Amino acid sequence: MTSNPVLSVDMLSLEFRTSGQCVHALDKVSFSLARGETLSLVGESGCGKSVTAMAIMGLLPKNSARVTSGSIRLDGTNLIGLSERQMQTIRGNRIGMVFQDPMTSLNPVHTIGMQIAEAVRRHKHVSKKDAWARARQMLERVRIPDAANRLLAYPHELSGGQRQRVMIAIALACDPELLIADEPTTALDVTVQAQILELIGELKTELGMSVLLITHDLGVVAASADRMMVMYAGRIVEEGPVERVFARPSHGYTAGLLRSLPGHGAQRRGLLAEIGGTVPRLDKLVEGCVYAPRCAFAAGPCTAALPPPRQIEAGHRSACIRHEAVFGAMADNDIVRSWA
Amino acid sequence: MSAFLSLRNVGKDYHLARRSPFRPRPVLRAVDAVSLDVHQGETLGLVGESGCGKSSLARLIMQLETPSRGAITLDDVDLAGLGKADLKAARRNFQMVFQDPYASLNPRMRARAIIAEALRNYRTGTTADIAARVDELARQVGLGAHLLDRFPHELSGGQCQRVGIARAIALNPRLIVADEAVSALDVSIQAQILNLIIRLQAEMRLTLIFVSHDMSVIAHVADRVAVMYLGRIVELGATETLFASPGHPYTRTLLGAVPTPSPARRGRRSAPAGEMPSPLNPPSGCHFRTRCAHATSLCAQQVPTLRPVMGRSIACHHAETLPAPQTYPEVDHA
Repeated sequence: MTSNPVLSVDMLSLEFRTSGQCVHALDKVSFSLARGETLSLVGESGCGKSVTAMAIMGLLPKNSARVTSGSIRLDGTNLIGLSERQMQTIRGNRIGMVFQDPMTSLNPVHTIGMQIAEAVRRHKHVSKKDAWARARQMLERVRIPDAANRLLAYPHELSGGQRQRVMIAIALACDPELLIADEPTTALDVTVQAQILELIGELKTELGMSVLLITHDLGVVAASADRMMVMYAGRIVEEGPVERVFARPSHGYTAGLLRSLPGHGAQRRGLLAEIGGTVPRLDKLVEGCVYAPRCAFAAGPCTAALPPPRQIEAGHRSACIRHEAVFGAMADNDIVRSWA
Repeated sequence: MSAFLSLRNVGKDYHLARRSPFRPRPVLRAVDAVSLDVHQGETLGLVGESGCGKSSLARLIMQLETPSRGAITLDDVDLAGLGKADLKAARRNFQMVFQDPYASLNPRMRARAIIAEALRNYRTGTTADIAARVDELARQVGLGAHLLDRFPHELSGGQCQRVGIARAIALNPRLIVADEAVSALDVSIQAQILNLIIRLQAEMRLTLIFVSHDMSVIAHVADRVAVMYLGRIVELGATETLFASPGHPYTRTLLGAVPTPSPARRGRRSAPAGEMPSPLNPPSGCHFRTRCAHATSLCAQQVPTLRPVMGRSIACHHAETLPAPQTYPEVDHA
């Protein structure tokens, strides 16, 4: 899988500095994304999943965000250190992106046809007419009915689901190798969410691109990703094929997430397993495991030193020294059993 | 047993701004002929997608909106018939928990003052009594005493929601309406707040109306579930029954679309066709007929009424003859 990755992020550490404060947003994040693969990044608010996406796109504010180590390679080219002008030839061209809120991501005063054509003209040397034709083709590709007429519609005339389809059309207009989708369905209703996830899956196969899907929803991960990474407080704590991570959760945090889901395992109206405490502050680097203070499985050595990622099984890694205990305790969880 | 809360043919119309001087003002029928009984101590889950009228219905029950039609009675008292003073007295019995924990708390008041406001408003005791009651409430909702002197922006989302819950239960109400009370929270925090709500309900013998778009949350907390589509209740029944064998085609669509962390859902295409029609111009007859695979001409002509079928109520002309539903064992563990 890793022989010829589209994207490879290696030991990426990133911090934000603002008036005397320093926040360590990412700590030695490493992963790679193979061609045609969907990799999902899961975690709760503030864990660093969106920062990872923004770092890849080079969209973090230059004056406060600083990459302290590591590299981000797209087809072998290190994106860190590229000038803004160079990034502009990559962003929207070789990397497409879709954000959570389709209303604020679209320009309200231009027609959607213009906005798709603009993305094409920005990166490809084509005539206006050809760009318009391409816009129409993209609208058809994202299954918007009556595409030729809809090109002239403004964003407010579309439903939330259709706006997100337009965002996908813009993101894919230049045939990117990589699509970064940051919570693409979080603002949508479940039936529309199912439609959009289905669309992304179909287009991925049609166009042979790779997808980095950022979400907080384990259900979305299970429905659409090949591999998943669980992130907590700026670190990747567990990584592996989706079937294996669900079948053999090997990190205290992954187990905590799975156990706190309502409607699974827990008797109806019974108590859900809470994760006690709150997310740690990121202004100091922690010596041991960042999750240890909230972890139900934590033991003495957890806080002593940072547990290095260890191989659980082929392609499945976890930064948890208590992974045996975690799996032992999770073996009778309903979700885990259903994947076993 | 007579119902604690009873809704009879409740409807709410919103008259929108005129689009043309030569045409009547468009009418948005947010809630359409909803009849519902809620019993003392039970939890009713209200589910549906955005725009289905679930929040409007919650606000009607709370008397934050006046119904255009129908009657809402609480303990056999018609709420619409109450005068201002009587309604204020009645409000002690029904309180609301809102979705956005930040937006629903006054940013210029400390947590202590927010919780005490309801107590002061109803003159429940001396300043010292109220202060003691606030401390007790904070303990009850698991809010550390040191957090009481903070402003909402100094609290996390989960802590804000605890303040909102403490405020709602301050007057010992009998009915709580929770409108998407855990939707804005991360799963680990969501579990904490759900546990709190379930515990308080048992302790205080509360009747709970739990509005949510999240099926797994509803499956976990509710005794009975009402599914809404374009202002109408399309199915109403016991949680176990409804999740194990959804009856109405819309309920099936909705449950089929929920992404659950289950291998059975992997790679399966379950997205429904089409989009929800505009509530300004809903289809005639059954509102769901335009997206329903089983629709016939009868569905376009006649509005289906909610009637008992297979141990629950379904508003579908063809409820008896529909093919057996797919089951969703991963949602139902009750």
